[in-house]
Amino acid sequence: MSKLFSRDSWAEIIEALSSNWFRTVMTAFGVLWGIFILVILLAAGNGLENGIKQGFNGMATNSMFMWAQTASQPYKGLPKGRRYNFKTDDVDAIKQQVPGLRFVSPRNQLGGFRGSNNVVRGLQTGAFNVYGDYPEIIQQQPMDITSGRFINYSDINEKRKVAIIGSGVQSALYEPNEEVIGSYIKINGVNFLVIGTYKKKGNNGDPEEMQKEIYVPFTSFSQAFNMGDIVGWMAITAEDGSSITNLKSQIFDVVKTRHTINPNDERAVGNFDLYQEYSKINGLFTALNFVAYFVGILVLLSGIIGISNIMLIVVKERTKEIGIRRALGATPWSIRAQVLLESIFLTIISGMAGIVLATAVLWFVNYQLSGMDTSEMMFINPSVNIGVVFIALTILIVSGLLAGLIPAQNAIKVKPVEALRTE
Amino acid sequence: MIEIKNLHKSYHMGKNSLHVLKGINFTVSEGEMVSIMGSSGSGKSTLLNILGILDEADEGTYTLDGTLIKNLNERVAARYRNKFLGFIFQSFNLINYKSALENVAMPLYYQGVKRNIRVEKAMHYLEKVGLADWATHLPNELSGGQKQRVAIARALASDPKVLLADEPTGALDTKTSYEVMELIQGINDEGKTILIVTHEDDIAHMTKRIVNLKDGIIIDDSVVTQVRAKSEAYV
Repeated sequence: MSKLFSRDSWAEIIEALSSNWFRTVMTAFGVLWGIFILVILLAAGNGLENGIKQGFNGMATNSMFMWAQTASQPYKGLPKGRRYNFKTDDVDAIKQQVPGLRFVSPRNQLGGFRGSNNVVRGLQTGAFNVYGDYPEIIQQQPMDITSGRFINYSDINEKRKVAIIGSGVQSALYEPNEEVIGSYIKINGVNFLVIGTYKKKGNNGDPEEMQKEIYVPFTSFSQAFNMGDIVGWMAITAEDGSSITNLKSQIFDVVKTRHTINPNDERAVGNFDLYQEYSKINGLFTALNFVAYFVGILVLLSGIIGISNIMLIVVKERTKEIGIRRALGATPWSIRAQVLLESIFLTIISGMAGIVLATAVLWFVNYQLSGMDTSEMMFINPSVNIGVVFIALTILIVSGLLAGLIPAQNAIKVKPVEALRTE
Repeated sequence: MIEIKNLHKSYHMGKNSLHVLKGINFTVSEGEMVSIMGSSGSGKSTLLNILGILDEADEGTYTLDGTLIKNLNERVAARYRNKFLGFIFQSFNLINYKSALENVAMPLYYQGVKRNIRVEKAMHYLEKVGLADWATHLPNELSGGQKQRVAIARALASDPKVLLADEPTGALDTKTSYEVMELIQGINDEGKTILIVTHEDDIAHMTKRIVNLKDGIIIDDSVVTQVRAKSEAYV
């Protein structure tokens, strides 16, 4: 260990490496290139991942949407093809009977794709999606409240007729600089007080359509539009520890029991499992990461073989010198340490250069990207975290050691007699 | 100082085995200056390698300064070489990317001597061989005689018990040879034990005792009157 910090052994290493600059640089290039490829590939994968996941835009990914379809099997005397609806009581039942759920939000909707005009303000009219929602929905499908506030529980309990409108609604119904908060809009003939505006980000779906939504309290919605206790669909989010995909069947069972549906009926409850989709994408990136490591390490390996080769040549060239050193009292270990240190040093220096180069390239790419609006791009902030750099460094040290091992073994096989024999 | 009893050594090359040393008995006491002579193939280099712990005998015993040299592992062998022996080679064997001073300091480095003490000692021995002014020069900037003197300084640096010289004048012209021999004689005068392998008669006669080797056995071992090597001045 003392050799590692001795000025003399470092002086020797520098001397040995600088005695043939061109060769040293060419050798180092192999490792530099390998680590460069590794870091760039990992960063590119990361950038793509950031871009794709931006599409989810902070949505609670451990979520699913669930809606009522028709019973596809007869059960307990009830025919197949029977229609049914979720009820508000189902929400409480699910909350009570299925542990590990964070939010169970019932939702109702008016309007929809190519709906007729349903909202009126003065002389302006428009066709918008109107949702009846609970306050939790903003944590499941995030949106920026640009002015005023979102629905709260007082609104729910007192069935206040209030509405939060999107920027698309605002531009259709209001003059550019008109005050929005405190004004009234008429939805299907019922007046609602506008208490807030929102703006959604993201590139998932139709960004323009996403701004043309109106949110009102679930209870007011039910009363105003004669929904009774019917629930259109539910957005359910699981706790962070458990996955919604695993809890799904339990939830379905609760619903099936309550609505007298055959437990084996797979088609009675429709659902979209966001977590499953998200897991698929996650799996894709895991695979991408694996490919990056695989390719990067293989390229690195060829660089390391290069170093190993050169070290073999160096040992061969210095056979005589090693013999002299042995005659002067160098122990085999000191010879081996010398070769190993030299190889590790060369590997680390060239690896560091590769990391620096890759960082410079990434910085440049980020610099170029920073000038653009990235909200709709597939590629954002390509970067590697410090952990990856440490992994790369560990790989370098280990591989430097491996690269030096065979040459070092060769070096101590040199018999002083043979080395000193005059040609 | 050196005691050898019934030393045998043979080399195996494929099926052929070559019996090089066939029972050597030989003693050197402290302060002696002995030359080992013999034609090529007589086994003198092999003997020197065994004496230098660079090679090991098949049979017989070798005692160096009271220590039995037998079945050493490389680490111990390296330590003994460093502690007991100084080598002088025909082709000098300096490390050519190191300055004269660094070359001389090398055995001390392997002894673990601190850097500043090392430089001081190495400088002292360079002065002794008259090359203090050349301390920072690389070997290829020195003449043959100067190189051999650096090598002698290096051999002395670790203050060994015995100096082993393998044809120390083999690569030098007569004038330079004599200068080098004068230096070696001076070192012997100070009490160091010296063994020289040579095939040159005049060099052999500058030592105090000549051992003649032929076909692996000692055929003659006689004390001679030393001829002093005289030279006008160092180059």
